Amino acid sequence: MITFEGVTKRYPGGTVALDDVSLECPTGRITVFVGTSGGGKTTALRTINRMVEPTSGRVLIDGEDVREKRPAELRRGIGYVIQHAGLFPHRTIEDNIATVPYLLGWNKKKARERALELMERVGLDRTMAKRYPFQLSGGQQQRVGVARALAADPPVMLMDEPFSAVDPVVRAELQDEFLRLQDELHKTIVFVTHDIDEAIKLGDKIAVFQTGGKLVQVDSPEDLLAHPADDFVAGFIGQNRGIRTLSFATTSGLRLSDDAVRPGSAAAADAAGLDWVLVVDDERRPLGWTRPAGVEGTLAEARLDPVGATFRVGADSVRVALDAAVLSPAGLAVGVDGDGAVVGTAAGTDLLAVPTHGSSGPEDDG
Amino acid sequence: MNDLWNQIDLFWTWLTASSQWHGGDGIPHRLLQHLYYSGVSLLFAAVIGLALGLLVGHTGRGGFLAISVANVARAIPTFGLVLFVVVIEYSITPVLVALVALAVPPILVNTFEGVRGVDADAKDAARGMGMTGWGVLWHAELPMALPLILLGLRTSAIQVVATATIAAYPGFGGLGRYIIDGLARGDYQLVVGGTVLVVLLALVVQLAFAGLRRLVVSPGLLGSARSS
Repeated sequence: MITFEGVTKRYPGGTVALDDVSLECPTGRITVFVGTSGGGKTTALRTINRMVEPTSGRVLIDGEDVREKRPAELRRGIGYVIQHAGLFPHRTIEDNIATVPYLLGWNKKKARERALELMERVGLDRTMAKRYPFQLSGGQQQRVGVARALAADPPVMLMDEPFSAVDPVVRAELQDEFLRLQDELHKTIVFVTHDIDEAIKLGDKIAVFQTGGKLVQVDSPEDLLAHPADDFVAGFIGQNRGIRTLSFATTSGLRLSDDAVRPGSAAAADAAGLDWVLVVDDERRPLGWTRPAGVEGTLAEARLDPVGATFRVGADSVRVALDAAVLSPAGLAVGVDGDGAVVGTAAGTDLLAVPTHGSSGPEDDG
Repeated sequence: MNDLWNQIDLFWTWLTASSQWHGGDGIPHRLLQHLYYSGVSLLFAAVIGLALGLLVGHTGRGGFLAISVANVARAIPTFGLVLFVVVIEYSITPVLVALVALAVPPILVNTFEGVRGVDADAKDAARGMGMTGWGVLWHAELPMALPLILLGLRTSAIQVVATATIAAYPGFGGLGRYIIDGLARGDYQLVVGGTVLVVLLALVVQLAFAGLRRLVVSPGLLGSARSS
């Protein structure tokens, strides 16, 4: 656990970057520092590895004041990832990753073996080991940055806007893999971002910083969205707060209807009373939507509209289901099981009836 | 064209005359003198320029002062400096001092700019991963600044090789001997011979640095847009 005890940072000019910040970042969890620029979130992160020394207050890692170790020694035990990766252009990928092992005096063979192992872990091909950073894309460089931070297997990782400089598609990919990695590694992570969506997606706990280095709220993503502490936090969370709240509502208790689901072999006339019918194959996998009125013979002969998005019952949130309903031509969200077979459909209004707050959905089902 | 051919012919007959290759006034001896003066000056200049440039670049302090002094020093005419100092003390030392003074600024300025220009994120990462101040300098700043540092050294080396001809003025030999004697005696062939040798030596220095660059600069730096 990382503990901030009344940490203040005041610069000689009088600027206050951190104003009496007290906070706990739980072991094995992701704590996200979020806020406007100049809010002190990066400064707060940098007090943990002594890149910034507080004017007053202390920072403790597992009860031990970070000032008890020399900075270089302390930092070798803490993973560090920054926005533009900050790779060494003169070193190969494997030697970049092995930076801390080299500093710790590992022999070259062992350090490079570790580097190769980590390349696979973060989704980089081993053949890239001998390449140089300029030969990699921004997303690949950031993967190297993460691998480099993990090289000596530190229990704590500091990540300062690590995914902010890559395009949205790559960013989403990196975020998903980061969560998958964290599921395996259970590091104590402090993650800085200015992007509230990223904070909600990744954080187990979110700390919101306001200009002037004030910590205004520390909460789980659900509670932050449901109960913003003040207007600043509400404003920062933004307009879509209600929709975002649905991200935490589970679809497992949803009542789904089978009324509109028909196999392709069924006669169209049977469904004559329905506006839309979801046609499925023999394994109940969805084939498409159609209007049964006016179709002769079986539904298999009808012209089908694509199903569009589906949601996995139980695994996906209500937000995903609502998205599927909006995109469906019938206005119905198609729920499928793990094998892709249709469980049933739900209308948008049914989805909104699901209790969103206080629901006991799995916390990290991402 | 005809003129140039005459020059080459003149140089060639001078160069191949057997008398050029023996004794105190022979080419081998003069060349060694020349290389010795150049080498010693460059060595001293490199120690001073690199140490100051790395220090100032790494700490970020005193950069303006160091660069200003270096640029003012560039404006001092070397020839004047030699004459001035030789008046005070008649030995080879003033010549070497003048050559060192000539060679320090390019090395200092390029080293400073090279270290200062190192990617701030890479430096931050180096520190954040637990490199000490020396570690950052040795493992990050120096190797990343190397293309510019070598450029500074090469510039200085070529200037020194060309300027070491002044050692002949106070009478300490080197390849400048031919040029000065030639001018004094009105022996045009001698002037051309000496000049061409100095030019060839400068070209060899240039080639040597190109080779050194390929040898010591990481391909990761050469491949990128970085130029020198």
